[in-house]
Amino acid sequence: MATIYIDNQPYVVKDGQNLLRACLSLGFNLPYFCWHPAMNSVGACRQCAVKQFKDEKDTKGRIVMACMTLAADGTRISIDDPEVRRFRAGVIEFLMVNHPHDCPVCDEGGECHLQDMTVMTGHNYRRFRFRKRTHRNQELGPLVNHEMNRCIACYRCLRFYRDYAGGRDFDVFQWHNYVYFGRQSDGVLENEFSGNLVEVCPTGVFTDKTLKGHYTRKWDLQTAPSICVHCGLGCNTIPGERYGILRRIRNRYHREVNGYFLCDRGRYGYEFVNSPRRIRQPIFRSERSGAAQPVEKQAALEQAAKILGSGERVIGIGSSRASLEANFALRTLVGADRFYRGLAEAECRLLDTAIALLRDGPAPAASMSDAAQSDAVLVLGEDLTNTAPMLAYSVRQSTLQREIGLTKRLHVSWWDDAAIRQALQERRGPLYIATPAATKLDDVATEVYRAAPDDLVRFAQALAHALGAEIPPVSALPRKLAALADVVAEALYLARRPVVVCGTSSGSESLLRAAGNVAWALSAAEHRGQLCLVLPDCNSFGLGLLGGGSLADACRAIQEGKAETVVVLENDLSRHADQAALKLLDEVRHLVALDYLEHATTAAAELVFPAATFAEANGTLVNNEGRAQRSYQVFVPQGKTQASWRWLQEMMVAVGRQAEASWRSFDEITAALAEALPIFAAVKDIAPPEGFRMAGQRVPRQPHRYSGRTAMHAQADVHEPTPLADPDSPLSFSMEGSQRQPPPPLVPRFWAPGWNSMQAITRFQEEVNGPLRGGDSGRRLIEPQPDAAIRYFSDLPAEFEPRPDEWLLVPVDHIFGSEELSALSPGIAQLTPAPYLALSASDAAGANIQEGEKVVLAMDGLHQALPVRFLPSLPRGVAGLPVGLPGMMHVTLPGWAKLSKVTAS
Amino acid sequence: MSQPQLGPPPTCQSPEHTCGVSVVHEIIERYGGNPEMLIPMMQDIQAAEGYLPREHLRTLGRELGVPLSRIYGVATFYAAFRLQPKGKHTITLCMGTVCYLKGADQISAVIQDEFQVKPGGTSPDRKFTFAPVNCLGACALAPVMVVDGEYFGGLSASSAVDILQKIASSKKPSEAVAKADAKQKTAAQKNGRGSQNP
Ligand code: SF4
Ligand code: SF4
Ligand code: FES
Ligand code: FES
Repeated sequence: MATIYIDNQPYVVKDGQNLLRACLSLGFNLPYFCWHPAMNSVGACRQCAVKQFKDEKDTKGRIVMACMTLAADGTRISIDDPEVRRFRAGVIEFLMVNHPHDCPVCDEGGECHLQDMTVMTGHNYRRFRFRKRTHRNQELGPLVNHEMNRCIACYRCLRFYRDYAGGRDFDVFQWHNYVYFGRQSDGVLENEFSGNLVEVCPTGVFTDKTLKGHYTRKWDLQTAPSICVHCGLGCNTIPGERYGILRRIRNRYHREVNGYFLCDRGRYGYEFVNSPRRIRQPIFRSERSGAAQPVEKQAALEQAAKILGSGERVIGIGSSRASLEANFALRTLVGADRFYRGLAEAECRLLDTAIALLRDGPAPAASMSDAAQSDAVLVLGEDLTNTAPMLAYSVRQSTLQREIGLTKRLHVSWWDDAAIRQALQERRGPLYIATPAATKLDDVATEVYRAAPDDLVRFAQALAHALGAEIPPVSALPRKLAALADVVAEALYLARRPVVVCGTSSGSESLLRAAGNVAWALSAAEHRGQLCLVLPDCNSFGLGLLGGGSLADACRAIQEGKAETVVVLENDLSRHADQAALKLLDEVRHLVALDYLEHATTAAAELVFPAATFAEANGTLVNNEGRAQRSYQVFVPQGKTQASWRWLQEMMVAVGRQAEASWRSFDEITAALAEALPIFAAVKDIAPPEGFRMAGQRVPRQPHRYSGRTAMHAQADVHEPTPLADPDSPLSFSMEGSQRQPPPPLVPRFWAPGWNSMQAITRFQEEVNGPLRGGDSGRRLIEPQPDAAIRYFSDLPAEFEPRPDEWLLVPVDHIFGSEELSALSPGIAQLTPAPYLALSASDAAGANIQEGEKVVLAMDGLHQALPVRFLPSLPRGVAGLPVGLPGMMHVTLPGWAKLSKVTAS
Repeated sequence: MSQPQLGPPPTCQSPEHTCGVSVVHEIIERYGGNPEMLIPMMQDIQAAEGYLPREHLRTLGRELGVPLSRIYGVATFYAAFRLQPKGKHTITLCMGTVCYLKGADQISAVIQDEFQVKPGGTSPDRKFTFAPVNCLGACALAPVMVVDGEYFGGLSASSAVDILQKIASSKKPSEAVAKADAKQKTAAQKNGRGSQNP
């Protein structure tokens, strides 16, 4: 610890940090631009100037940049000194010379770091009377808007995009008055994290283009803490609503999970909530194939009672994108042994394998922050950028860790970003990627290995063997590959915090087990191997813990006549079941569905209930590390929409089973869940109960500057309506309430006096980059068994052999398109590729297939014609099939398929 | 030197070669394909072509594995690089404080209008490249412009146009420009660009 003196007051701060970070951690208002908590210092903007004194006697002092000065023991500085205050105001005045002062029409207005800093420095009178330089803006695609005139040249965007996110199509152009940040020419920003520019840029140069379509100021947005539903990582978010329309998603800092950033799927996937395809009213079809008739809530429930009243022949199909509470309510309705998970058999097996690895072995689950801080990462079978985007971001950061450690002897401070990058040049620490095809992370990988899934397993097992796992060596491994396995084993062994990343998207259980072997062998050698397993959906983990059969099991029950009524919860079964299963499900006597959007399953259902989305109901989701996190309702939905668990509870009441479904509020259902299934015991404690109050008040969802409360509903009534009650949480649907900082799970937005932008975050953290005050939110539901005897897996498939007339199809994921809900949001839909089949150019040439040519894919009795796209990195005999894209059929991958050319008729 | 306009630079217009692939390859070979020698390679391309044709830069980026954005970043940072072919004559018009007060902005407007040339750009007939700068250090002559190295002071809007029209109709190619291009081998520097706008 170091003692520093700020304006003659002593403060104790952590060793080794810079003065700006120390001052912000202590709660001082010190302006800055080029510094960012996740990107450290470059000393470019000169805004964070303070005056430093040699000792008590020094009265003259000299101006230094706080972000570039070590907060060493005994450092004496002044923030308040009049000369340094003038200096800071002068810096702003210079920046303002070219700034257009167009706050009223700027999307950043009201949450602008430049506005905040200008006010903070006290520069409030404009003396510059001349012309300002102007720029031409670029068209950067459907997600990010560009307005270059507002730039103050802090370089944050470039540093984020290029140095942190790994983007290659963005740079700074020209010089002095004319510096320009953008692409080499107009075009869609290629990087999957481009949306963070919106929050990283301290001005309105980069703003959210989807928000522009329904613009609302930050102070007019109703917000609540939420969890992203577009992959299994559980990034924390802040959705904002006004007039019943969800308007945007912002990052909600979580130290262990997503830090300061989100991926573009998570940020821009929200618009499905406003989709015209939303189901807003219960629907009844008297004939299964007949027209849908909207019915009143009561009539729908009566109809449900009639169908469900028939008793034990009802089965329930849950969903990996529905909350724990919704799945639990369904399970209660149908009974534990009649609850099915709504996943294909293979999906269930993969999920169970993944959870078992984290539960039964010694290796703990790695959070995203663990992955980012790891000094050696091995990725097995996952194209992270497309299956778990923010994890790809974390792994990219990990490649600096070892090298930063090595720069210590250069006497470069860890926070001196420019110096660190200068010292590192292109050197990146150990990252090994073994996947079927190229991934976007390959550019920072030490070495990549591309092979069919079975060969990946063999490689991983060889690696595990080299690390000492008690499994037999892999014979007949090509010599080069065996050498690579040794190299990787050594790198992992020598690392302080090695992380093994694998997941379910490769479709190979053996690969998961082999990944487990590697991590366990590291743990056995006391090397704290961590395991980071990617799961497909926002609540895959939760559903996995809840248990239940697969869709195939459900079909069997139907076939055996054990089920004639099926209740489907928030699940488009065509995404998980093959044609035969779908047909069977279509033909059951009664099909009841609950969901937010129309899809194949709701179209086939006789009764459909409008379910609330993540933004319209509370829910608990368990992310890929097993962390249960609470997501809160942001606004009250239109029409008859309500949380699925409420519909299910009302159905139970309608059939006279109120005793079993006595839960009336969210707290009651989580308590029931915790009681029924001990594994979920912690779920009721992850956030304060409904009765929680701060100084007797609720936490307001609306900011204290929320405007137009009376005007908003004036067309109906000039009197201000009573705020809607929230029986489910301590949050309120109004602006009244406590303005103090609530416990982390309840933080509805980041704002502090003088800090209107996202940079207010430092006021909510215990210290810069520390946990939010009150600790990290969410709780892990399973813990590893450090002392259990390790039972290694000995899966060893035979070497992959290309077949002469068949191709091994492996899944290809797309950040934009592979996930069901985000793909329905217009911005994401624009970036979604059309279905295709990927072949390597040489394989295609061998089969005499041209790029763009259509081929018919035949697999498991399925036929689909698809245009061919070349993916040069695919191994011989392997083809790639994009998964989940709109218009693609469900197939279990990997699997063998025949291809035939479409003959023009 | 002028500020080049961002946005798509013109495609290769050189009649002698097809997109310079061979020119670029030869230059890359000259430096052993080392991406760290990006700037010298770009200088050589400019020496060969008189400017940096877009297709050449694409080829260069592809071959070296350097993102195009980085190459444009370099090309637009150093005033010695040109993304557009240069006109036969270069007009350097001072927009510094003194010249500005004496009406340089009207002169600029008239030149732009008369020759259909934007600041930093080249006229459609490739006669003039127009480069407004800040203070030529000849304030006593204000407002002042330099055409192919020759100073013209005490201008008015109409006298400036007269001078330029006369130069345009004369046959003699600008020797100063040709010479300067041939000598483009010196390391690009960002110095000597005049003072900043007041
Ligand atoms: S665009 Fe924004 S982030 Fe980038 S340099 Fe300008 S002000 Fe900074
Ligand atoms: S990484 Fe996953 S959880 Fe995080 S923002 Fe993206 S889609 Fe959402
Ligand atoms: S924040 Fe310190 S110089 Fe920019
Ligand atoms: S201002 Fe024009 S030459 Fe100095």
